[in-house]
Amino acid sequence: MEAKEWIEICYLVSIVLFIFGLKGMGHPKKAVRGNRLSAAGMLIAMVAALLEGQFLEPVWIIAGLTLGAGIGLWLALRVAMTEMPELVALLNGLGGAASATVALGAVWPMVVAGGVSPVDSLVGGASLAIGSVTLSGSVMAYLKLRGGFGSGTVGFKGQSYLNGAILSAIAATTILWASGGGMIPPLVVCGLALVFGYLLVSPIGGADMPVVISLLNSLSGLAAAATGFVFGNNVLIVAGTLVGASGLVLTQIMCEAMNRSLANVLFSSFGGDAGGKGVDRNRAVTKYSVEDVIMQLENAQSVVLVPGYGLAVAQAQHSLRELGDILTNRGVEVRYAIHPVAGRMPGHMNVLLAEANVDYDIQAELEEINPDFDQTDVAIIVGANDVTNPAARDDEESPIYGMPILNVDKARTCVVLKRSLSPGFAGIDNELFYNDNTMMVFGDAKDTLVNLVNRGKTELTMH
Amino acid sequence: MTGVGLLGIYIFVMAAFTGLELVKQVPTTLHTPLMSGSNAISGITIVGALMALSQGAADEVTRALLFVGLVLATINVFGGYAVTNRMLKMFQKR
Repeated sequence: MEAKEWIEICYLVSIVLFIFGLKGMGHPKKAVRGNRLSAAGMLIAMVAALLEGQFLEPVWIIAGLTLGAGIGLWLALRVAMTEMPELVALLNGLGGAASATVALGAVWPMVVAGGVSPVDSLVGGASLAIGSVTLSGSVMAYLKLRGGFGSGTVGFKGQSYLNGAILSAIAATTILWASGGGMIPPLVVCGLALVFGYLLVSPIGGADMPVVISLLNSLSGLAAAATGFVFGNNVLIVAGTLVGASGLVLTQIMCEAMNRSLANVLFSSFGGDAGGKGVDRNRAVTKYSVEDVIMQLENAQSVVLVPGYGLAVAQAQHSLRELGDILTNRGVEVRYAIHPVAGRMPGHMNVLLAEANVDYDIQAELEEINPDFDQTDVAIIVGANDVTNPAARDDEESPIYGMPILNVDKARTCVVLKRSLSPGFAGIDNELFYNDNTMMVFGDAKDTLVNLVNRGKTELTMH
Repeated sequence: MTGVGLLGIYIFVMAAFTGLELVKQVPTTLHTPLMSGSNAISGITIVGALMALSQGAADEVTRALLFVGLVLATINVFGGYAVTNRMLKMFQKR
């Protein structure tokens, strides 16, 4: 066999390893091994890629690998688990940028020589466009997650028309490039796509981030696949497409969990004082103390803990697990209920609980736990809001009507740990807070949990 | 796209269906590591950058573009696999 055929076989082995890697993600016990298989596949593909040439730019290759590996490992090893959405947003963006720059690098010699084939400019244009949208969209998502610049929702009337116009302009420029060549069109495509990515993400609010991050994840894969078409390289096409499909599945799951279509998330501003019979904002809420909660827990046989984004903000996952352990040691049945869109990205809460050593067997999904709230003595909600709002189930006028929620209000007692009465992202008051069986405990989630744990250690521990 | 053509599109479609089926079996518990692991795989453009650089860049602009692309893709590959490994180990210990 010729060298070229061996290289193709190496690429095939890489693809198989990527697929086994994804398959391993099917179970927590197999996932570590799966991830290593996937990494081995990447290493094989990298070696094969180098063998396609004569190692003509050794300095640049070694410098690039060293620099990239250094930055990548530094990011991966220092990131806090609560900041995982930010890291994934960043990596989505870098992936898109990498695909766009490599695709441009691949066609540039042809651009200079004035001979880009129409097909190359079409796939090149696609790669540049998708990669650039992913970059600027992800940077916006990252900034929103950090809560700094751009964290508000910026949008204006007719923005979707402008978005449509920009998309058409990108397509037109790519076609122009395919028919006439030249150096300017690819750069215009990049510029327009960067603006488009910014406009796409800037009007979207924090609680919709799980959808946005999943979508950008998908786009970063598609950008790589498009670059694969530029090179005529199968491993890029397959790996990129696998990622594209993965992000798409997650996007769909997130949209379903909010009972909204992707178009609705992307193109309609949401919340504020929209519709719904609402709740009288002057209605009184009874404040309860940590001692009151301890008294409830003393008589409880079953407790469900419901974490939300507030848990991540307060970094309270370890304190929550301590409380869970105290109850478990008392013989109480303890479970953790996780809504699919709790937090800022798919699976965000599960990672925090895993970090805090919570067994995944007692982490329950929405469908699994909802029938059991009837028989639950105490549900403790930590930093979750809209995903527990009974209006989504009962009030047809409510903007979030139809969104699947955790039926925490069906528990005998519902304890809500919350900083203040402020409404959630959707801007709608939560009727749960005013129910007779709800106990509101105000304060920082972590402080309250620490207090509960300290009191629980003396009052809830068997002597 | 020389050499791939229609076959490339076949491969794209097959890979898309494979990906959809593979990801549907991933439990929600592992969705975050799934995404960071996907970040690592989307660093596959490292292959394009390495191949093109290994074959030699025709001019300075091309070299610069490929170098930047190589650095970015390498960040994804190393960062993605390392952080996924870190997370998955936490899931495994129980």
